[in-house]
Amino acid sequence: MNVRLYVWQRLTAAAMAPLLLVHLAVIFYATRKGLSAADLLARTRGSVSWAGFYGVFVSAVAVHAAIGVRTVLSEWLPLRARHADVAAVLFGVLLAVLGFRAVAAVVLP
Amino acid sequence: MAESLQVSVWRGGSNGRYVDYQVPRRDSQTVLDVVTWVQRHLDATLAYRFACRVGMCGSCAMTVNGRPRWTCRTHVSKVAANGKLIIGPLENLPIIKDLATDMQPFFEKWQQAKGRFVSSTTRTDPVARIPPDTPARVAADAAIECINCGVCYAACDTVRWNPGYLGPAALNRAWTLVNDVRDVANLERLSAVAANGGCHSCHSHQSCQEHCPVSLNPTASIAGLKRRTSLAYLRAEIKP
Repeated sequence: MNVRLYVWQRLTAAAMAPLLLVHLAVIFYATRKGLSAADLLARTRGSVSWAGFYGVFVSAVAVHAAIGVRTVLSEWLPLRARHADVAAVLFGVLLAVLGFRAVAAVVLP
Repeated sequence: MAESLQVSVWRGGSNGRYVDYQVPRRDSQTVLDVVTWVQRHLDATLAYRFACRVGMCGSCAMTVNGRPRWTCRTHVSKVAANGKLIIGPLENLPIIKDLATDMQPFFEKWQQAKGRFVSSTTRTDPVARIPPDTPARVAADAAIECINCGVCYAACDTVRWNPGYLGPAALNRAWTLVNDVRDVANLERLSAVAANGGCHSCHSHQSCQEHCPVSLNPTASIAGLKRRTSLAYLRAEIKP
């Protein structure tokens, strides 16, 4: 870990905190209102706001988790630093692909 | 009080083993007294290190019943459960022989962390006047009394997992210098502790604070370095 990774990890954590609260609030709202999948998709499809909200969320998660995984790999496995870097980047890309795929599924018309 | 102690002492190098000794129990006996008794009366080849015997020099630290401690100020009555002592060398450092560890990696990291005071003045200049109640001097004072014993380094999980980590003592030293207004090498120092293996590798487990024999809080010093280096990085004053 160096200061660049540290700052990125803290900034993405700071971004995720309010996003997570909104995400939880949405879940409570949807369940208490008894919204169906069709009701939800009707609200999210074509919505630039929801695309932006979850797009930022997915980006922050991918960066934050990849930095954390890099630290875990480098401390717990006998990996060279370069190999831990590559594994962490691949993990971050995987999270981003899966996350953006899910976002696309609910916001694309 | 039992008449004798069962003492297991590490003998040999990294492939050594614990050897059992019987040592007479005394009033006000310290762990260092026990080790010294073994060396003087049972086996003169036992290697260990000490100097001042009063908690100032920092040279007698060992692992006592699983915890790193300064042995000259550790009374047997406080640590010898059931009259048994297991005494080994400090963790996270190469063993030279028996209870003596090689402190070179520990002090090399002080140098890596730029733990050396750099002044812009000479001995002919007037002595700097530093008001003791300024925030920087208060922060430096809180961390300045380190005796370089290596207990925090031996107790640190992050050092165990990441041999490149500078460790709590070196970073604590860097923090005192960052708060020393007379020092002129702070950007280099902040760069050094912001690199891989620097202050940001600390997980804040606080083992250093828990075990420090002089009750310093290196975790707080490292947290200060994290804040200071992050600001310097965001201002483009340093690069990782």
